Amino acid sequence: MTTATVQPHPQPAEPPAAPRRIDYLNVAFGVRSWLLTTDHKRIAILYLVVITLMFFIGGAFATLIRLELVTPKGDLVEADTYNKLFTMHGIVMIFFFLIPSIPAVFGNFFVPMMIGAKDLAFPKINLLSWYIFVIAAVFTVWALAAGGVDTGWTFYTPYSSRSAHTYVAATIIGVFFSGFSSILTGLNFVVTIHRMRAPGMTWFKMPLFIWSMYATSIIQLLGTPVVAIALLLVAIERVTGVGIFDPKLGGDPVLFQHLFWFYSHPAVYIMILPAMGVVSELVTTFSRKPIFGYKAVAFSSIGIAVIGFLVWGHHMFVSGQSIYAGLIFSMLSFLVAVPSAIKVFNWTATLYKGSIDYKTPFLYAVYFLALFTIGGLTGLVLAATATDVHIHDTYFVIAHFHYIMVGGAIMGYMGAMHYWWPKMTGRMYPDWIANLAALIIFVGFNLTFFPQFLLGYQGMNRRYWEYAPEFQVLNVMSSAGASILAVGYLMPLVYFLWSLRYGKRAPANPWGATGLEWATASPPPPDNFAETPVVTLPPYVYNPEEAAVVR
Amino acid sequence: MSVEHVTPGPPPGIPTAPPAPHAATVGESFATPLAHHFRDFGQQHEAGTLGMWLFLATEVLFFGGVLTAYEIYHYLYPQAFEAGSQRLYTSIGAVHTLGLLGSSLTMALAVRAAQAGQGRRILQLFLALTMALGLAFLVLKGVEYYLDYREHLVPNLDFHPEGWPAGVNQRPAQIFFSFYFVLTAIHATHMVIGLGLMALVLVLAGRGRYTPDNYTAVDCLGLYWHFVDIVWVFLLPLLYLIR
Amino acid sequence: MNGEFRLYPEEASTAAPAVDSLFLFIIGVTVFFATITAVLVIYFCLRYRRKSENHFPPPIHGSTPLEVLVIGSMLALFLFMFFWAAIQYLRMMRPPDDAMEVYVVGKQWMWHLQHPEGGQREINELHVPVGRPVKLIMTSEDVIHSFFIPAFRVKQDVVPGRFTYLWFQPTKPGDYHLFCSQYCGTQHSRMGGWVHVMEPEEYRRWLEGQADLSMALRGRQLFLKYQCVACHSGNSQARAPLLEDLYLKPVTLTDGRVVEANEEYIRRSIREPKADVVSPYQPIMPAFTPNEMDDLELEQLVEFIKNLHRDQTPTRNEDTPAPEVRTEQNK
Repeated sequence: MTTATVQPHPQPAEPPAAPRRIDYLNVAFGVRSWLLTTDHKRIAILYLVVITLMFFIGGAFATLIRLELVTPKGDLVEADTYNKLFTMHGIVMIFFFLIPSIPAVFGNFFVPMMIGAKDLAFPKINLLSWYIFVIAAVFTVWALAAGGVDTGWTFYTPYSSRSAHTYVAATIIGVFFSGFSSILTGLNFVVTIHRMRAPGMTWFKMPLFIWSMYATSIIQLLGTPVVAIALLLVAIERVTGVGIFDPKLGGDPVLFQHLFWFYSHPAVYIMILPAMGVVSELVTTFSRKPIFGYKAVAFSSIGIAVIGFLVWGHHMFVSGQSIYAGLIFSMLSFLVAVPSAIKVFNWTATLYKGSIDYKTPFLYAVYFLALFTIGGLTGLVLAATATDVHIHDTYFVIAHFHYIMVGGAIMGYMGAMHYWWPKMTGRMYPDWIANLAALIIFVGFNLTFFPQFLLGYQGMNRRYWEYAPEFQVLNVMSSAGASILAVGYLMPLVYFLWSLRYGKRAPANPWGATGLEWATASPPPPDNFAETPVVTLPPYVYNPEEAAVVR
Repeated sequence: MSVEHVTPGPPPGIPTAPPAPHAATVGESFATPLAHHFRDFGQQHEAGTLGMWLFLATEVLFFGGVLTAYEIYHYLYPQAFEAGSQRLYTSIGAVHTLGLLGSSLTMALAVRAAQAGQGRRILQLFLALTMALGLAFLVLKGVEYYLDYREHLVPNLDFHPEGWPAGVNQRPAQIFFSFYFVLTAIHATHMVIGLGLMALVLVLAGRGRYTPDNYTAVDCLGLYWHFVDIVWVFLLPLLYLIR
Repeated sequence: MNGEFRLYPEEASTAAPAVDSLFLFIIGVTVFFATITAVLVIYFCLRYRRKSENHFPPPIHGSTPLEVLVIGSMLALFLFMFFWAAIQYLRMMRPPDDAMEVYVVGKQWMWHLQHPEGGQREINELHVPVGRPVKLIMTSEDVIHSFFIPAFRVKQDVVPGRFTYLWFQPTKPGDYHLFCSQYCGTQHSRMGGWVHVMEPEEYRRWLEGQADLSMALRGRQLFLKYQCVACHSGNSQARAPLLEDLYLKPVTLTDGRVVEANEEYIRRSIREPKADVVSPYQPIMPAFTPNEMDDLELEQLVEFIKNLHRDQTPTRNEDTPAPEVRTEQNK
């Protein structure tokens, strides 16, 4: 760390009369300065705006779904409409919210800063990837509004290539382009991390957030092209009528599933690894201790990325896949749980004998720990072949992945928002309402999704517009929880926007964290640092005695 | 390489004058500038080439996905695929291959020209030759597609190949031809993009953008073009030469 | 059963208790570790609350022995679960040889079922006797569906263009939900029905009440109708191979491969005859597409060929009497 600049003591807010500095927000004004920016920080904000919008669109679909499911009969919307709702909820949330979320906002903003660089390796490609993302989002939303898609976000053939009478090809094009954006972002991060670290920052001096962004980017690079081609082939089959997955022409519909899941399983690691990286940062900052087992956590990110490419068949145990292939996928799926277990253990151990401050970001980290543990462990039930036969395609699966993606990834995202908001905007938000919103989200989330584990084992299928009457009680509970969850998610929108105008001005290091991003002002200057920092300390050195010894 | 930062320095956040961008070293005022976020041209070059290699890795996965699907069907329907492959114009495929290999040679010479500072005209010449060969490839591909269409080999467009061997199932043949058109069309699209970028590089070369210290764009374009060539070298035997 | 609150469906098959106990074990492990994590986290948060701004705890960087212990014990536990599940899974995926067979065709948005012996047909319902293993031979006419009986803990995707299999042995008479479990379009959530498990005597009565020409007999009629007999005539100069006693025998193909003549082979030979040609015959058989012969008829033909024994190939000029309908009584 640069010697003078990191003070592990949280700093008080600055006096309002301090002269205004030049930062990346006020260095230029006007639409052009934003739409033609190559500053990674501004691009991060641009992404933030778009994905927030997409989150609320996806959330609107979810609201309608949960409203319909209050009663067993399909009485709110038509069957076709309902089928479109769950399809579009999945597509929007996965491709246009979760996959970009942490990487495109916090990765873009903080990867260069945390390694002491002035920008990403390819700033113009960064802007290009935002434009591609926006075009993809607009195109997809248009397809959804024009008539929607009803194939399920998984686009299984031959239904998607032949039967569905909806805007399949158009939606596929939108998703295809969002994949480009994902690839370019991943490419940018990998090159940046390899080539642009500040002097002294070796691989094992990097913060764990960078390790997880690196692992995520590898998956984005290697996995996305395969789903791109799988979807492209479906679109071609649909538009031109040639047979590739069509069994009537000798095609194999299960081949589509292999190609699709080869990406879509690693995709879930794209969604969770960044959140895990955030949690590593939060747990260390708010317990003022180094992470327990730095190398284990760093390597576990890479391990998850690698093994994650080998488990896709666990989505296909009952698809007609060979039972021996199924057993191999099952074994590997159990293996991939081990690195995640290590992370949970290490985060918990980091708290031991720490000095813990209950700020909002930390609360989100704690909620993450609880919910991700539950979600991950229920994955074991799904990895076990014999039990998966029963719960495949039921609400058990839905509960499992929402625990991970919402209870895990979105909690991580919210934690990152609350952690880095002062740095990005120069403003603090009021603690009390942020903590309240976090609690409401936690309670609402559990009420919504815990009953779904029970529903799934009882035999309620997913993607069902109507369901057997004995499932109603738990469905009502789940829908009630969803309304609470919705309130919880709307609250941050309100207080964050409020803070932009009325929030206290943030100091450079409000949390007393280590990390290069805290060694510069809030908000940061356009070039991030006045001078290129030189790194001498490993990450997470809070104890001044340790800092003195190491130096 | 940087001097260790010693206190006292300016507190964070108060900007000093940003460092002046390094001027082009060989005296030509239009040479590619050093981007402000790089230390030096070396870092800029390394970043550029690493980026291009990573992008090519994604392309390997992209083509690999299609080719894997193709090979699975080849394994399932060997006779239909062989019969289909025999219907393709192998002679045209051969000319394609020679042309593309030649264009890789000229591209390599172009990169060399930039690297060795042989002057903008030589660089432009080699780029233009590469483009010519690439365009010839595409034109010939169009001709081939037209001939295939006339032979009724296009699935769903009046598909009925003549003289189909009696014992061989024709239905999987549609799968063969579907993949043939999809694979060659995707390859051709990559060539079109490559040619577009090449035109841009050609124009910028004329303005003296590339110097021996700083020819990353030409280098990366060369990598891309060689990759497109290698893909074709795989496609040729897999599509045209099944016997 | 309706409206009753239960944590899990009735255990109505031999597999159900086994699946449930594995499930309970894994859930127990989940609850155990989730609780430990929650307790530790809450305890640490309370115990180690920041007391003053100047308190900097001693840095603890890790402990390799502890990590190895954690990894090792997780691995051991997970492998244990894997093996337990694998053994049960193999049992669930391998039907016993004496299983009674039922043919299933799924289509948007209903299930057609056919009992081979008495030719009984059902739509969205399946009657089976208690205490006997039942094997379903399934295909789809259009898109992928999935046959799911929660009370039996079984499920299998039903794929167009091939047969898939599912087996169970019911242990309790009753009526159990049958659901389609793979999204298949508009009426996916209504594509369900009931499995009726009956005492043997009741089942026998049901069979007789619904008895029709057996599937094999219908298949025989199709064998004549579609002129299969023209080439598969059974005499020594026939242009096509003999189909008597063919089922499950090894067959040598023209490309040298030896395959087993199971349902899938027979199906493929009818749908795509040029795919696997028997040596040393010529590939002259025409293909029968789903347009010409739907999956229900296909299954009847398959059942016929499975049960075709020596000297039973029909002749073109048919004047021998049709075989008796085989029911439970005169088996």
